[in-house]
Amino acid sequence: MRRIRWHLPNWIVVSIAIIASLLVTSLLLLLFGVSPMDGFGAMLLGAFGDSTKVLSVTAFWVPLALASAGLILTFTAGLWNIGVEGQIIMGAVAASWVALRIDAPRPILLVLELSLAMAAGALWAGITALLKTRGKVHEIFGGLALNNLAIIFTNYLISGPWQPPEGGTFRGTDPFQAKALLPLYRDSRLSPLSVIITLVVIALIYFVLRGTKWGLRLKALGKNPRSAFILGVSSERETILAMMICGAFAGLGGSVRVLSWFDSLRQSISGGIGYLALLVVMLSATRILLTPFIAFFFSAVLNGSITLQLRTQLHSSLGGILTGVMVLFVLLFSGTRSLKLPSQKTLEVEEDE
Amino acid sequence: MNDTELVRILSSIVLQSTPLIIAVCGETIGERVGVVNLSLDGTMLLSAMTGFVAGLLSGSVWIGFLAAAVVGAFFAWIIAFGSIRLRKDQFAVGFVLTLLGDELSAFLGQNYTRIPGESVHHLGIPFLKDIPILGPIFFDHDPVVYFAFLLIGVTWWWLFRTQPGLRLRSAGERPESGFARGVDVNRLRYVYAMIGGGLVGIAGAAYSLDIKLGWSEGHTRGLGWIALAIVIFGGWSPIRGAVGSLLFGASKALAAALQRRFPEVSVVAFNATPWLLMIVVLLLVGSDVTERLVLIMPRRVQPRLRRLLRVRPPAALGVAFSTPESQGE
Repeated sequence: MRRIRWHLPNWIVVSIAIIASLLVTSLLLLLFGVSPMDGFGAMLLGAFGDSTKVLSVTAFWVPLALASAGLILTFTAGLWNIGVEGQIIMGAVAASWVALRIDAPRPILLVLELSLAMAAGALWAGITALLKTRGKVHEIFGGLALNNLAIIFTNYLISGPWQPPEGGTFRGTDPFQAKALLPLYRDSRLSPLSVIITLVVIALIYFVLRGTKWGLRLKALGKNPRSAFILGVSSERETILAMMICGAFAGLGGSVRVLSWFDSLRQSISGGIGYLALLVVMLSATRILLTPFIAFFFSAVLNGSITLQLRTQLHSSLGGILTGVMVLFVLLFSGTRSLKLPSQKTLEVEEDE
Repeated sequence: MNDTELVRILSSIVLQSTPLIIAVCGETIGERVGVVNLSLDGTMLLSAMTGFVAGLLSGSVWIGFLAAAVVGAFFAWIIAFGSIRLRKDQFAVGFVLTLLGDELSAFLGQNYTRIPGESVHHLGIPFLKDIPILGPIFFDHDPVVYFAFLLIGVTWWWLFRTQPGLRLRSAGERPESGFARGVDVNRLRYVYAMIGGGLVGIAGAAYSLDIKLGWSEGHTRGLGWIALAIVIFGGWSPIRGAVGSLLFGASKALAAALQRRFPEVSVVAFNATPWLLMIVVLLLVGSDVTERLVLIMPRRVQPRLRRLLRVRPPAALGVAFSTPESQGE
């Protein structure tokens, strides 16, 4: 049997992916009677039409970029941290607890909110990690269950203990006290401080993976857990550490959601940012320096599709379809196989590859 | 609670578990041949939507089921093609398809939400349905339920009692040995992964056309993941998988009954049960609890019990296989 080698150059793969995703979304638009030019025009206007839109895209980018940066660590270690969505949510919950229950001067309040959010995200990720190392529960299932539990917990808080006094709505808590919120740029939803924190986190992870022993250990674990073990890398310790650090950054992203994007804890506080971050990292082939740009592109597409919905009454999931098709094509046809998981052991028969 | 009420509850548990049984059988077939279809949640959403809309437009539920099966088989084909031909990570492709299926179902089904459509008609089996207790529980449903029963038996028989089934399992356990005995490993993987995916599609349509009538965004969200967990709980056996599905259905019915009994407890607590159950069950499967249980039993039944309780994934699950010839190129 003849087998064609599918090792296309990267720029061709990316072009194919972009064309395919535009083609699929154009067909969908035509199917619903909207001309693709109008559709994409609305999306572009929604993302970059004026300065408020750009600020909005940037504000949405912050938690996405934070979660993506964290996921770089877990993917490098060969871990499928699907639980990142729940880690974002728990970070948001922890920050909301501080904002609702604690009274202190603003700087102390902010430090408390952000650090508690990181702790909560790390804790939630730690549970998944322990379930994996001690209980042999695959992190996909542990993480997924904990995601749903985090959503249910949020709904419980909103409809129970943290319900606004006037009650009624199940949509969110009361707005937080003004000093509990991150300082915003003019009247946008963007906190400049959060952008700086995100850039620092990305730089930090870049250097950890590039220049530290621990980064090397993670890579060894991700490439080949068996030989890493023989070389003295403790898979349990690195697994738990990588997951918890990722969880901490995801939790930080969650706090940004409640403290600048919204001003209260809402029902779907993350709304799938964690899953989107997984796509970002897949598209980047776990290259950290690419993630902020891909995350920004995704953020623009998603914000644009909300405008599309307002203009054409079409469901805003079109943006998700566009990014999903793009990732699928890159995943299928790119030459790199950097997303290698422990389960994907290749057989001895293919020695000469 | 009297007898008839209990029978009614058991009957509804059987009905409610039907789509899960079909999905679990489909995924079991796919994983037995060595292909993990992680996209179950997205596949089921998209096929539930497709089945509902196709049924509505054609006026026939069976065309709905057919369309849903095609969708399921297509998604499974993408995963098989990606892993076999392009040698890409099955989990990654499956995960992207999960999200894509969810988004596509929301977009394509946006004009068909919360409207009445076709539904499968009730069809009690004559004579059998008149058996006391068992009749109403098992034989007074509709064809989809009977299909699920048949599927459990046929899948088990095919996997464990036939020659083609042996070849199927060899592709998932020891592809090299299978290949040495003349099994076209990768072709089998394509075929059975797509059959499995088709069944998952039918399971999705079983919700929108029968068990949870109609379509709305996120109609079956979460259930695909539950089915994936049940496949593991079922130790990659259709019979144990079906038992797992029924137990899951029973636990949901129990939670609903408890909720009616204790209305002061927040609804939220009951929503959490499936996910807590998922963690607990997978912990049990992964731990050595079963082995300890076996050891305290009388020595004579130990081997048989161990075989019954042992959970082990197919050895080459998710492992790419290349035929030795193609290495020469």
